[in-house]
Amino acid sequence: MGTFHHILQSHFDNHPDQVAIVLQHAGEEDKAITYRHLLQQAVGAQEKLESEGIKPGEVVLLILQHGEDLIYTYFGTILHGAIPSIMPYLTEKLQPERYREDLASLIEVSQPAAIFTYAEFKPEVESALSEGSSVRAVMLAEEIPGDKAPVFDLDRRKTEDIVLLQHSSGTTGLQKGVALSHHAVLSQIESYSSVLHVDEDDVIVSWLPLYHDMGLIAGFLMPILYGMPLVLMSPFDWVRAPYRLMHAISQYHGTLVWLPNFAYNFCAQKIRPRHMEGVDLSSWRAVINCSEPMRHESQQLFVETFKPWGFRASAIATSYAMAENTFAVTQGGIDDPVVIDPVDRESLQVDRVAKPAFDDRPQIVMVSAGKPIPGTEVKVIDPDGNTMDDRLIGEIALRSDYMLTEYYHRPDTTKKAFLEGWYLTGDFGYMLNGEVYITGRKKDLIIVGGKNIYPQDLERIAMTVPGVHPGRAVAFGIFSQRLGTEQVVIVAEVDTDDPDEKQRIADDIRQKVTQGSAVALRYVHLVQDSWIIKTSSGKTARLANREKFIKETNFKKD
Amino acid sequence: MKDDIINKLETYIKEEILQQPNRNIEPDEPLISSGLIDSFSLVDVALFVEDNFGVQIDDTELNADVFDSLNDLSSLILDRQES
Repeated sequence: MGTFHHILQSHFDNHPDQVAIVLQHAGEEDKAITYRHLLQQAVGAQEKLESEGIKPGEVVLLILQHGEDLIYTYFGTILHGAIPSIMPYLTEKLQPERYREDLASLIEVSQPAAIFTYAEFKPEVESALSEGSSVRAVMLAEEIPGDKAPVFDLDRRKTEDIVLLQHSSGTTGLQKGVALSHHAVLSQIESYSSVLHVDEDDVIVSWLPLYHDMGLIAGFLMPILYGMPLVLMSPFDWVRAPYRLMHAISQYHGTLVWLPNFAYNFCAQKIRPRHMEGVDLSSWRAVINCSEPMRHESQQLFVETFKPWGFRASAIATSYAMAENTFAVTQGGIDDPVVIDPVDRESLQVDRVAKPAFDDRPQIVMVSAGKPIPGTEVKVIDPDGNTMDDRLIGEIALRSDYMLTEYYHRPDTTKKAFLEGWYLTGDFGYMLNGEVYITGRKKDLIIVGGKNIYPQDLERIAMTVPGVHPGRAVAFGIFSQRLGTEQVVIVAEVDTDDPDEKQRIADDIRQKVTQGSAVALRYVHLVQDSWIIKTSSGKTARLANREKFIKETNFKKD
Repeated sequence: MKDDIINKLETYIKEEILQQPNRNIEPDEPLISSGLIDSFSLVDVALFVEDNFGVQIDDTELNADVFDSLNDLSSLILDRQES
């Protein structure tokens, strides 16, 4: 199987002029990047690392906008044998101070030797470096030489070497870097591409950010390493004009697209027929729902909306994936239609059994995530680690050929994540006829638009607002049918009864949370002292507070 | 004329996007650079303007450099209606 280097060399030698990536930017002409160009540009970044004395095996942080610089430095770092890790770029609405704190905490855990960024952002990056920091060089994308012949140095690369680091966002997420080896990534790609029956007609279209596993693996590394054309657009462009995805599919005959559930609603609600003139979606063979809870209604809405432009209902597909397994754990909807399992709501929520629905009682339509892909075993276990029968809800555990090497520099966290060789996912679900259904999460995690948000990060920000009691704010998510994803709610205890003062505090919380986490906070509920429910050990009981909030405000889920 | 546009925009943004009908938005208050309107809602603003004022805003214009307040946006709408 070899390493990334073996594969990249073979692309460079055998078909250097094949287009690896079509890069799209709104308002600009599409740019076709061949393997030759990709690798010759990447060598520039590699040489820069060499000249700064950065050694193979050291971590290099990339703080760059979605685009060519990010692509070339990513592969340049890999060519050098160093380990790339992408930090999302500061957006205009994020507060620089909060960003600096996140960056400092990432640097502390992953101990990068170097950082690639832009000249204009260099002062910001340097202000996050403490005395004695591991960072020996802050290098500028503007100063990278281009167009050199690559040297692949195959003898120095080992398949078990760590090839990349992958984080989730936020202060908490950044502290858990998933370290993956060449072997893990390449085995995943081999297994996953066979499940998808990838062939020479396939074209992947993606707008997903590269700091997220779905974007990085499915929407970037898999196509480039496998040799499938990739049409890559910026998430910033997609969110402002979701029809661009449809245009790209039509123009380049796209066949495979991965989307988080909210994007099904977003596309269906925000694309107008006039945007779709001349668009033909008949080439599209799979739209894979992944990275947040999957909803049958969202998928149905999508099918109905885009059917007139050639979208086929058979293209609906699902996957359960996580960075710790490189990416895909399961895949459904490729050989057979996605299985739908309507279950009795009360049994599911109270008895933790997914019983088939009764006609006269409320039901929940569960969407199957499909079967484990070759090389991955999945089981559902009870709290003692015993395997549970079909339809009984427990924690999902998995074992595979492409598991993470470790949480980078976090031996304790790594050890805790495994039980007798099985990785404990922290997700709840059940099995039925060999297929996996995800019902919820063990950890308090909010997923908004496919992005993992740790409530403790939001609570910490809310507590910095004057007037909010320290330790007395709670954050949780409530699913919105309309948006197809969760909306974030914060409840905070305050002393004042004055409506103006309360309005000021609520506005302040909204603004600080949005600027500190890039999550739009929809609801702020201010309450009196002692409202928030704590556990006996003094921890905030998020689920109980969520129930109390829904009941007290008579919250209508939309 | 301009005040009418500002009023309509304000009502839409506070009721539909912010979901806070009691919130006042000042005509010069920054909307995009402050994060008040998040990027997921920018396309809604563009569609609202198109449906209600017969003016198109291109997606490449949905950023704080082009407009950041009710004042900016209403001027842009008026300019395009006249031309």
